[in-house]
Amino acid sequence: MLWSDLERIGRLIDPWREFERVNRSLSRWVSPSTIEFPAVNVWVAGDTAVVTTELPGIDPSAIDISVVGKTLTLRGSRKPEEFKENESYHRRERWHGQFTKTIELPFDIDSGKVDAQYRKGILRITLPRAEADKPRKISVKSV
Amino acid sequence: MADASKELHKKEAETPEKGERTRERRVYTPAVDIIERKDDIIVIADMPGVDENSVDIMIEKNVLTLYGKVEADIPEKHVLYLSEYGIGDYQRVFTLTDEVDREKIQATVKNGVLRIVLPKAEAVKTRKIAVKAEA
Repeated sequence: MLWSDLERIGRLIDPWREFERVNRSLSRWVSPSTIEFPAVNVWVAGDTAVVTTELPGIDPSAIDISVVGKTLTLRGSRKPEEFKENESYHRRERWHGQFTKTIELPFDIDSGKVDAQYRKGILRITLPRAEADKPRKISVKSV
Repeated sequence: MADASKELHKKEAETPEKGERTRERRVYTPAVDIIERKDDIIVIADMPGVDENSVDIMIEKNVLTLYGKVEADIPEKHVLYLSEYGIGDYQRVFTLTDEVDREKIQATVKNGVLRIVLPKAEAVKTRKIAVKAEA
């Protein structure tokens, strides 16, 4: 253990630093080329999961989000820029086309309460855990 | 799309040799489309997380620099469960040719896409100095 790790305990954890730390340690095991487009980040707190993905320049109403049990599926597309004949591309690096992405979440989702927001090209989906999937506390009776 | 998947992921920008960055952030190279039209050149850059207040476009001499600051939108008190992409600023530098009319450059941002219109200069003719024969 690193002493600076110890130091963090009891201090306010900067969420940014925390993100960087976990991102580096999680992504070390995954080669970028094996990640299916679009790349996602998934956060979990108690009974809520938050999924974010970068999808700049798309029509938010055309994103299809579906949830079945633990599985979240995103579908959408982005059209290429349309230009006339006498116009030429010097560079063409931006993606276009259709995508489908499936993400396995750590618990069953209450599909009726899923909330999705699209801001500045980032899609953020909040997924609450299904009531039936929540752990139940079993009280022990003394006989 | 699978073949191009390597191209689709964010590329971290190289630190300029001249120095270090003051912000402790990763910096990515945004993917761009550059299209030349009859009267202008259009630069389109994917910069998710950037809006009109957080993008800087600078021109110094003939160097056009795009810089987008991204404030990480990290859900509070959440633990990262899966992380496939990093978050950071965006930077890209282009060298312009003399054809661009620097005074009339326009830029807009919508849904994380920056669009810059670089109008072509009123022909290079204005720069030409007429040489008159001495009387």
